[in-house]
Amino acid sequence: MSEVEVRGIRKVYDNGLEALRDVNLSFPKGELSTLLGPSGCGKTTLLKIIAGLIPKSGGEVLVKGKPVDGPGPERAFVFQDFALLPWATVLRNVAFGLELRGMERERREDVARKYIAEVGLKGFEERYPNQLSGGMRQRVGLARALTVDADIILMDEPFSSVDEQTRRKFQEDLLDLLRHHQKTVIFVTHSIEEAAYLSDQIALLSPRPGTVSRIVRPGVDRNKTPDEIRRDRGYLDTVDEIWHILRAYV
Amino acid sequence: MKMLLSLAVWAVLWELAGRAKISTILPPFTAVVEAAIELVPSAKFHSAAIITLRSFSLGMLAALVVGIPLGIAMARVKSIGRILGMWVNIFVSAPISALVPILMVVLGIGETTVVVTVFLFAVFVIILDTQVGITHADRSLVEMARSFGARRSQLYTKVLVLSALPEILAGVRLGAIRGVKGVVIGQLLVAIIGVGELFETYSNNFLMEEFWALVLIVFLFAFAVSEAIAALERRVEYYAATR
Repeated sequence: MSEVEVRGIRKVYDNGLEALRDVNLSFPKGELSTLLGPSGCGKTTLLKIIAGLIPKSGGEVLVKGKPVDGPGPERAFVFQDFALLPWATVLRNVAFGLELRGMERERREDVARKYIAEVGLKGFEERYPNQLSGGMRQRVGLARALTVDADIILMDEPFSSVDEQTRRKFQEDLLDLLRHHQKTVIFVTHSIEEAAYLSDQIALLSPRPGTVSRIVRPGVDRNKTPDEIRRDRGYLDTVDEIWHILRAYV
Repeated sequence: MKMLLSLAVWAVLWELAGRAKISTILPPFTAVVEAAIELVPSAKFHSAAIITLRSFSLGMLAALVVGIPLGIAMARVKSIGRILGMWVNIFVSAPISALVPILMVVLGIGETTVVVTVFLFAVFVIILDTQVGITHADRSLVEMARSFGARRSQLYTKVLVLSALPEILAGVRLGAIRGVKGVVIGQLLVAIIGVGELFETYSNNFLMEEFWALVLIVFLFAFAVSEAIAALERRVEYYAATR
């Protein structure tokens, strides 16, 4: 049973630019799916359409079988530029989703504290975003998405503004966390390695107008350690396979 | 410290120029200060100060209540921005003093005219700065709030206004400075109320010590208002710098 499904999605911008054409994809429950493609292939546009943040020109988005036309509590978004409130502490930022829902302060801060600890930021509750590194800021963004207890997490190139060493550690933590919480994740990236390392399913998008050109299932054994995975035959083959497909687009 | 020193130098120069009797309109600084000390506790100053402060506060209050929402509306609703944008830009640079005689005809020679003058002096820069602040508010914060289910009202109170706060406060500070000009000019032209009446009396009777004392007090007031708002601005600056 797929948790999210998109059917015949089309997006044409006001200036006539066709960003997406007839995109059909299904995202199985509890899996991490990646939208992968070169810049300008509309992968972020597709993610934001699924999030209900930008209107689609045609087609439909089904969440748990029901068509949706805007944001909803079953989906939470992690932003490329973190989108943290600069005037609010880590604690308030993480609790912000619950604050918007009108949960009383003490309860929402208790929930937020729990997730702040889970993403490894215990002790930073009273800091402000500008006192944190890029990697830590994105952990705040992730904690905020987890705090609202959505079944579906949408992530828009969450590691692109994070340096390489931090990124690896973060990817490993992310896998742990998501497996533990049984989330359905839709992840946008332009990094082949990242996609192959993280994903259960990879949707390759062709550029302008973006459409699904191929679906790859890496079949990496998730019981292996991160270092074993990075030397795993299946992982390396997947990276190779994707590169051969994408090479045609660059 | 530097500022105090520079003020002291000017005070000494003023004192010397006054003692040298260069001009009858320039009494020595110490005489002016003496006049100020005499003036401040007097009943006529009190009633003038009260009426002036009241006009200023009412005019500023109206400018805030009208200016901030209008600036927000102009930034958020394109058609409103287009229709009003030109007018606000004209009025923000127009010499509003020229309108005061017309206001006097319409509103009479009284406090109302002064309040409206303060309002007109202050409101346009507040509108403009609010509009700029809201327009430049971080779009991804707006998107973030929407994705977490923010209602329209929450979007304004919890994201947009806070995000634009540095610009809004800058507008309020500039507006308040203009408002002080507005209250003095309004009262001078109306000429029968508040500080304007005192200015009028002193200059007509050639009471230069008192005249300059009043000038000093008005300057100090404008400076104090501006500094108070600037202090508030500094408190929000820590995040303005990080946007």
